Amino acid sequence: MTPDVKIAPIKRVIITTRKTEEPKLASLNFTEADVKALSKIKKDPTWLAKRRLDAWKKFASLPMPTLNDEAWRRTDLRSFKWNDVQLSALDSKFKPKRVPATYLKPLVGKEQGGQLVINAGKIESGGTASALKRKGVIFTDLLTAAAKHPTLVKKFMGKAVAASEGKFAALTEAMMENGIFLYVPKKVEVTLPLHSIISVSGSSRFHRILVVLEEGASVTYVHELVSSDNKEKTLHTQIVELLVGKNANLKFVELQSLGMSAWNFTHERARVGKDGKLDWIFSAAGSHLTKNFSEIDLDGDGAWGRMSGFYFAEGDQHLDHDTQQNHNAPHTTSDLLFKGALRDQSRSVWQGMIHVAPGAQKTDGYQANRNLVLSKAARADSIPGLEIMADDVRCTHGATVGQLEEEHIFYLMSRGMPRSEAEKVLVDGFFDPIMQRIAFEGVITRLKKQILQKMSESGSGE
Amino acid sequence: MTTVLEIRNLHVSVANKQILNGVNLTVKQGEVHALMGPNGTGKSTLAYALMGHPHYTVTAGQVIFKGADLLELKPDERARLGLFLAFQYPVAIPGVSVANFLRTSINARRRAANAEDKGMPIPEFRKMLKSKMELLKVSADFAGRYLNEGFSGGEKKRAEILQMATLEPEIAVLDETDSGLDIDALRVVADGVNALMGPKMGALVITHYQRLLNYIKPQFVHIMLGGKIVESGGPDLALHLEEKGYDWVREKYEDKVEAK
Ligand SMILES: Nc1ncnc2c1ncn2[C@@H]1O[C@H](COP(=O)(O)OP(=O)(O)OP(=O)(O)O)[C@@H](O)[C@H]1O
Ligand SMILES: [Mg+2]
Repeated sequence: MTPDVKIAPIKRVIITTRKTEEPKLASLNFTEADVKALSKIKKDPTWLAKRRLDAWKKFASLPMPTLNDEAWRRTDLRSFKWNDVQLSALDSKFKPKRVPATYLKPLVGKEQGGQLVINAGKIESGGTASALKRKGVIFTDLLTAAAKHPTLVKKFMGKAVAASEGKFAALTEAMMENGIFLYVPKKVEVTLPLHSIISVSGSSRFHRILVVLEEGASVTYVHELVSSDNKEKTLHTQIVELLVGKNANLKFVELQSLGMSAWNFTHERARVGKDGKLDWIFSAAGSHLTKNFSEIDLDGDGAWGRMSGFYFAEGDQHLDHDTQQNHNAPHTTSDLLFKGALRDQSRSVWQGMIHVAPGAQKTDGYQANRNLVLSKAARADSIPGLEIMADDVRCTHGATVGQLEEEHIFYLMSRGMPRSEAEKVLVDGFFDPIMQRIAFEGVITRLKKQILQKMSESGSGE
Repeated sequence: MTTVLEIRNLHVSVANKQILNGVNLTVKQGEVHALMGPNGTGKSTLAYALMGHPHYTVTAGQVIFKGADLLELKPDERARLGLFLAFQYPVAIPGVSVANFLRTSINARRRAANAEDKGMPIPEFRKMLKSKMELLKVSADFAGRYLNEGFSGGEKKRAEILQMATLEPEIAVLDETDSGLDIDALRVVADGVNALMGPKMGALVITHYQRLLNYIKPQFVHIMLGGKIVESGGPDLALHLEEKGYDWVREKYEDKVEAK
């Protein structure tokens, strides 16, 4: 709510060497034998089993991130008990609760082209309209896709996020128990939105989402991540890959509604081809801790990408979003707006980078992060960054951390609203620009409900 | 029973500075009082103090509104009791549309009266808002705009009166609602105020200009100087001021008001 503060560009330094004197960190108890056992029960094709093992080796070779790593400087993992984590995928007796019906309601429009529910790594329900199937659209769980469409999955998996990108990317590739595969063939326009829900439970869950739009394809896809138990300390890691072909158009809504005790690590990247369009919407209301890397690579001339983020942290939540907008080709446009509110002792980190590659002339990059801190003990860190290697570009950014203003509260109260109501209205108003960008009624209703719930929990957060 | 706002010997300080030095004034439903006075004499301070702005501290005196001790109430309680302030400088509320803001205000009132209330049904609200907007000749897109954000000076003042029209107060304080309005807008806003006036509403109209008082006709005119009402009279007093300025008031009361 404070005016736009222009912050001088900050070059991100990535520290790759590690200090040797660091105390030995607790680590996961998983072994290569676990990876093999997982391959076996998931009936992996040979190529997938091999990829898991390669990823496992990568995982073992990478150190656990610490506060000394630039990207992890503000996110402390020391209190997490890695050695307590069990590989829930191997627990054959595990019986998850069914995903509540409230999550199954469409969030975009009234009708859907397909819905998939994955619960504890297995398909709980799912279906794709036969009209879409006839057009060659594939919308299924990743294991089924790997078995039925190996050429496609093999061709695209890992094209956006490599296992070598980080400890948790490697872990996800090695331990992936399921996920979503969405494939839209050339020139196919999917008019009805698709919807998937992944529910996590148990000690650990690992998922991967792969979305491929061939040239000229278009689709709106909503994905929600939920926990079956708000108090369960589940480790969740995830890879999300979005491959948007030439002239293709993807609207992707990604809702993180995990339970308040989950620890969540994700690597996500979209690649957008020539004149392709990606409208990427994030929300983060859940998890005890999230570290998310989300990147958009504008690979083709004229590619366009928009990222809109909503987060609301409470209690001792810690939400860390690391975004990167990579302009790899000329005439590309990126537009990022992340808005977050914080109460209690919660903390958020947003670290964003616009990178313009040499030769990516006539690009237009924008990033803004706005934070509303609702209590004295909450804290928001906002770190924008620009890295520009071309000379004919326009890049702007802004970052603000503000509080509710007494004058605003008084004005609303003078019209008869009690203070708590006035604060709610102002918080809603703060988020309105993000809601405008989201535009889907059902998604907005879901987020507003989360805001209301977070605003009404025990006191004003002071 | 007639609603009465009675201000007795009100002393108010802001930022440790004494601004009001014993204001006495009674406004009743159905009456229009004009409050005039040079810049910085405390007119807005009086308005803020009546509404309960947290920066304005009442150091002495009393305000009785509808038999209740107004100063004991929070701003929202004062508003729900029927007091309204049209601000001299309304703040912009980002992200909150005029319509949404008004609906929330109305529903807050209804809920305070009856915890079970489900709020005004949307069609009823729309109809009501439309008629009030027509009364004030406000364009239809107004309802969807963020409250006061990017509003021109005149639009802000109209928005204040639109709020007054929808909230239907019993006593309204209009703090320089005429400033920033062009001649046509002044007439529209004044007509709007007059339409709302009548036996059910009383008003304290703070203004610098006789011009407004040609449209909104006060029965009483008061002059504030140095945080006190020093002169009260009928409509003629405003005409006199228009002609003569404040010098004679200053001369007459110089020694009676505390040196600033
Ligand atoms: N928040 C504040 N902090 C410091 N001083 C204040 C504050 N509010 C008002 N004052 C001071 O109190 C005095 C009275 O101000 P007030 O706004 O009530 O005057 P006014 O009669 O409404 O003037 P105008 O005709 O210019 O609107 C002024 O000297 C002003 O500077
Ligand atoms: Mg004033």
